Amino acid sequence: MYYCLEKRQFTEFMRIQRIQPATPQQEASPESVDLTLMDDLLEKYKNQKGNLIPLLQGAQDIYGYLPKAAFERIHRVTGLELNEMYGVATFYAQFRLEPAGKYIVKMCHGTACHVQNVTAITDEILDTLGIKDGETTSDGILTIETVACLGCCSLAPVMMIGDETYGKLTPKEAVRIIKELRRSENG
Amino acid sequence: MGNTKVIVGLGSCGIAAGANKTYNEFQRIMTTDKLGFELKKTSCIGMCYREPLVEIIDDSGTYLYGEVNLERVEDIIDKHIKKFSPIPEYIVQSDKYPSKDQAFFDGQVKISLRNCGHIDPESIEEYEARDGYEAIRKIAREKLSPESVIQQVLDSGIRGRGGGGFPTGLKWRFAHNNQSDKKYVICNADEGDPGAFMDRSILEGDPHGVLEGMIICGYTIGASEGYIYCRAEYPLAIKRLNLAIKQAREKGYLGKNLFGIKGFHFDLKIKEGAGAFVCGEETALIASIEGARGMPRRRPPFPAEAGLWKHPTNINNVETFINIPWIIHQGPQAYAQYGTEKSKGTKVFALTGKIRHGGLVEVPMGITIKDIIYKLGGGITGDNKFKAVQLGGPSGGCIPEYLSHTRVDYESVNATGAIMGSGGMVVMDETTCVVDIAKFFLDFTQKESCGKCTFCRLGTKRMLEILTRITEGEGREGDIEMLEQLAETIKDSSLCGLGQTAPNPVLTTLKYFRDEYEAHIRDRKCPALSCKKLLTYTVIEEKCTGCTVCAKGCPVDAIEGERKQIHHIDQDLCIQCGVCYTRCKFDAIKLS
Repeated sequence: MYYCLEKRQFTEFMRIQRIQPATPQQEASPESVDLTLMDDLLEKYKNQKGNLIPLLQGAQDIYGYLPKAAFERIHRVTGLELNEMYGVATFYAQFRLEPAGKYIVKMCHGTACHVQNVTAITDEILDTLGIKDGETTSDGILTIETVACLGCCSLAPVMMIGDETYGKLTPKEAVRIIKELRRSENG
Repeated sequence: MGNTKVIVGLGSCGIAAGANKTYNEFQRIMTTDKLGFELKKTSCIGMCYREPLVEIIDDSGTYLYGEVNLERVEDIIDKHIKKFSPIPEYIVQSDKYPSKDQAFFDGQVKISLRNCGHIDPESIEEYEARDGYEAIRKIAREKLSPESVIQQVLDSGIRGRGGGGFPTGLKWRFAHNNQSDKKYVICNADEGDPGAFMDRSILEGDPHGVLEGMIICGYTIGASEGYIYCRAEYPLAIKRLNLAIKQAREKGYLGKNLFGIKGFHFDLKIKEGAGAFVCGEETALIASIEGARGMPRRRPPFPAEAGLWKHPTNINNVETFINIPWIIHQGPQAYAQYGTEKSKGTKVFALTGKIRHGGLVEVPMGITIKDIIYKLGGGITGDNKFKAVQLGGPSGGCIPEYLSHTRVDYESVNATGAIMGSGGMVVMDETTCVVDIAKFFLDFTQKESCGKCTFCRLGTKRMLEILTRITEGEGREGDIEMLEQLAETIKDSSLCGLGQTAPNPVLTTLKYFRDEYEAHIRDRKCPALSCKKLLTYTVIEEKCTGCTVCAKGCPVDAIEGERKQIHHIDQDLCIQCGVCYTRCKFDAIKLS
């Protein structure tokens, strides 16, 4: 497919592939992202060796995701290259480039949970919410994510909402918890 | 009551099981009833299947209570604490009462886990009260040279507990012998292996033990700086490590001219991992600390020569470091008395899956898999038959039931095609499909492959596609041979351990369960009744109440039947999604 494109088209094709589609929140920026929140973080890591990952982690702690403007600010202050930051941000599972829901539901898909049939539970939850893995519900309340292992293997199957861990789940139980949380949020 | 101590286990899994609520309830009743017992925290004792656990120590003895929910808290306070009459039904271990759970503790030798569940991990004093920081003091007092420390580590026979099994003493010697003005010690706490949680338990339960191991390593190789590279998914471990480092600095155990050894400076930092399994590989981990994508590079030069920022660096796993202070303090012979000729000491395993007593066990090397599963683990859950055990996670393999007499040491486990790995032991019964397990691990390695080597990046993807096809009933003749060919090529052509071992789960299952692969491909059957697409769903007429839940849930309207009448599934329309099976409240859907 690539070879039939002109060079200019090719670069554009690649570019389209690489840049994330802007979400409504991002389009509204830079006003919606308060970059001064990063002042302390930048001050702390500005001249440290190996500061790239801690800076991105810090920024994500502040905004819940990595807004484009945050990359640019880090670049202006520290001189770290945008492409390097983007490379790192897309390499590691921890970083997200789009805002997540208010609650992130982590479905543990570690070996022990897999053996105890967590896939059926995740499918049931996704089915109930009508979203796919990694997506956020339209009301912005819930993001469902499958993760490798939460390390609570003897309670398998396990899911984690915020800091709360729920163990020994069944599909019914899991859907009930999710529905209840959503209902309490939507009033 | 004045001498009564109530100790609540607050490790991550305990908290997940509700231990915080248990702790708060004790505190609430203690305050409202003005009771004079001492309430303390500890971490995981390894008995995960009975969490939350509460230990009560009074003048009469020690009593470990299991599954302490809020009701049991009240009971324990009323009967045991107020009336000094312990409740045998809740006791899982005690020096006064026999317990059917006692077998879980018998046969364990706790060296790595010596303090886990016995001290408050947030108190440096409690660590010191159990010979903490005695090993480094011994080195200072007896003026042991770095060479003699290395010799002791070598004599103990300890090998790298991260999975590789390289002799720790040799590794230290390499780093020691390389001259440089700057050297580093790194603790690999990036426990990414799904199904393994021993490092997390050690970090949460005995952070000072890890620190002391690193300090000793720093002294030995001549390093002044150390890093603990810990998964961000372990927030509690990070919190406790940070606290431990702060306490150690205040006590003067980190800093300059430590323990009276002139010129010995050492300090530690924590680096949080950002979620990449490949960072468990030494060179990828170093790249990650330097702030780059965690991609492995070619060795040599080995980290001992040119590691972090091109300086000599020694990397060991959490479990390796925690053993060091014990070895120095008790002497290398004490450690070497356990284990086999080539694999000395003990190993911690995370016992999970279809097992009655899941949790953390520390056993001497050389014990058989059967003993771990049946004696310590209490056997298989339910009435199903034991089928296989998975050792070593995504880099390891499945050992079938008929090889369960295999001894757990590096050589014997490798001979089966699996690896010792970091110690995840997932037990599977006859309802677990091994093809599905192989697919599960390939899915994992395929996602976690960093993409540097073509054969790992593309090969794992192709293998996953074939396995997916097989589990969905679309396997073809020649698939097995293609899997084998891909597996060998990936093993031969990958740079780092991830790629070199990624095909192991497929190769071992092919070796021991080839007939199951063939059943999937030729007969379109899953013998374990696990692969959804290969099942037939039928309604058990005696159980069906006609509630219509299955019919409503069916995405292709394959289920018909009037309300309160028996329903039927149209096999021509059924897409084997399994929704009816999971939704039915009356277990009226049969799989065959």
